[in-house]
Amino acid sequence: MQRTTLDLWVGAFVVAGIAALVVLALKVGNLSTYNVSETYQLSAYFTNVGGLKPAASVRSAGVLVGRVSSITLDTDRYEAKVTISVDKRYQFPKDTFANILTSGLLGEQYIGLIPGGDEEVLEDGGVFRKTQSAMVLEDLIGKFLFSQADEKQ
Amino acid sequence: MPLIKSVRGVGHRVVDSVWRLGVASRFLALTLMQSGVSFRRFQLIVKEMFASGVMSLIIIGVAGLFVGMVLGLQGFETLKRYGSESALGSLVALSLVRELGPVLAALLFASRAGSAMTAEIGLMKATEQIAAMEMMAVSPVARVIAPRFWAGVFSMPLLAALFSAMGVFGGYVVGVVMIGVDEGSFWSQMQSSVDFRDDIINGVIKSFVFGVAVTVIALFEGFDAPPTAEGVSGATTRTVVESSLAILMLDFILTAFMFRGV
Repeated sequence: MQRTTLDLWVGAFVVAGIAALVVLALKVGNLSTYNVSETYQLSAYFTNVGGLKPAASVRSAGVLVGRVSSITLDTDRYEAKVTISVDKRYQFPKDTFANILTSGLLGEQYIGLIPGGDEEVLEDGGVFRKTQSAMVLEDLIGKFLFSQADEKQ
Repeated sequence: MPLIKSVRGVGHRVVDSVWRLGVASRFLALTLMQSGVSFRRFQLIVKEMFASGVMSLIIIGVAGLFVGMVLGLQGFETLKRYGSESALGSLVALSLVRELGPVLAALLFASRAGSAMTAEIGLMKATEQIAAMEMMAVSPVARVIAPRFWAGVFSMPLLAALFSAMGVFGGYVVGVVMIGVDEGSFWSQMQSSVDFRDDIINGVIKSFVFGVAVTVIALFEGFDAPPTAEGVSGATTRTVVESSLAILMLDFILTAFMFRGV
């Protein structure tokens, strides 16, 4: 087949376009931070998940160890069941605390894991027994007002 | 009676535009059916990609760079009030990848390449080149329309990706290099907020749809243009107006589908 300079330009254009997509995917997007390593599933029950969303990060001591995979309402307990996938490299004791925390004052919510001292570790499908729900501003204001009223009496 | 006349005029316009929409749909179907030939002669598509894609590179790149730089400046001014300048990266990247990249690249593509397509085909028709092809038993849809259609459809997502990438670079230049936002938080906030599947792939799908819409409108207007100088100029104007409106309306529909909130 005959080659022309036109082909070269179009080829360069296609390469540039695909390179831009790759840059967007790796540098701008989160494709490079997607965990390619194997994960295992753990779940936790919360009375209120607040603004937690699927794919929110799961951190322990500030290190990203996994992501939230699903949030559903368990109608047996009427609590939110949050399933998280945790990197296989990290094991957590059975009495690990799972808290819903907020990064910064108005930032996004994530799950913080505080390990306990148990000898045994959570296996795949394990459930966190100790959880702390999201901080809801209305509840805090309510508590504050109550305590103010109590002090006056 | 001027009143009845004007009502009749409105009705005529509505019926006429619905009619044209039907013909345009049939035209798209015909193009898709006859595009097998142009894939076998891929050189035709390559030639049209040069005309519509490569020649649009400069305007897309420069426009993307400046849009990103403006976003960097404006975003910084607004975010500074809330003390969250570090979120500048995610603001620039999200607005470019989700909306501005596909939409502005498509608008530029419509006015840069779409109008040229319409004028070219309209002039081909006016100078009876299309009729001559039919006389030689060469299907003008397969030979002239289909390669241009596929060239536009292939070029559009690439151009939109380039626009977004250049925009992010522009935002980086203004935000980090000139104003002095922290480089680490610029990129890390961007990466934690831009999702590959939800944001980047959806942006590519958007630009693909815009590519189809713009090229179909441009080609149909050219093919349907009255074979006069006035007819071709009117068709070129209609291409730009109609495809710009189509892009913005389609963008709303696609956005409503894609980002309904998780």
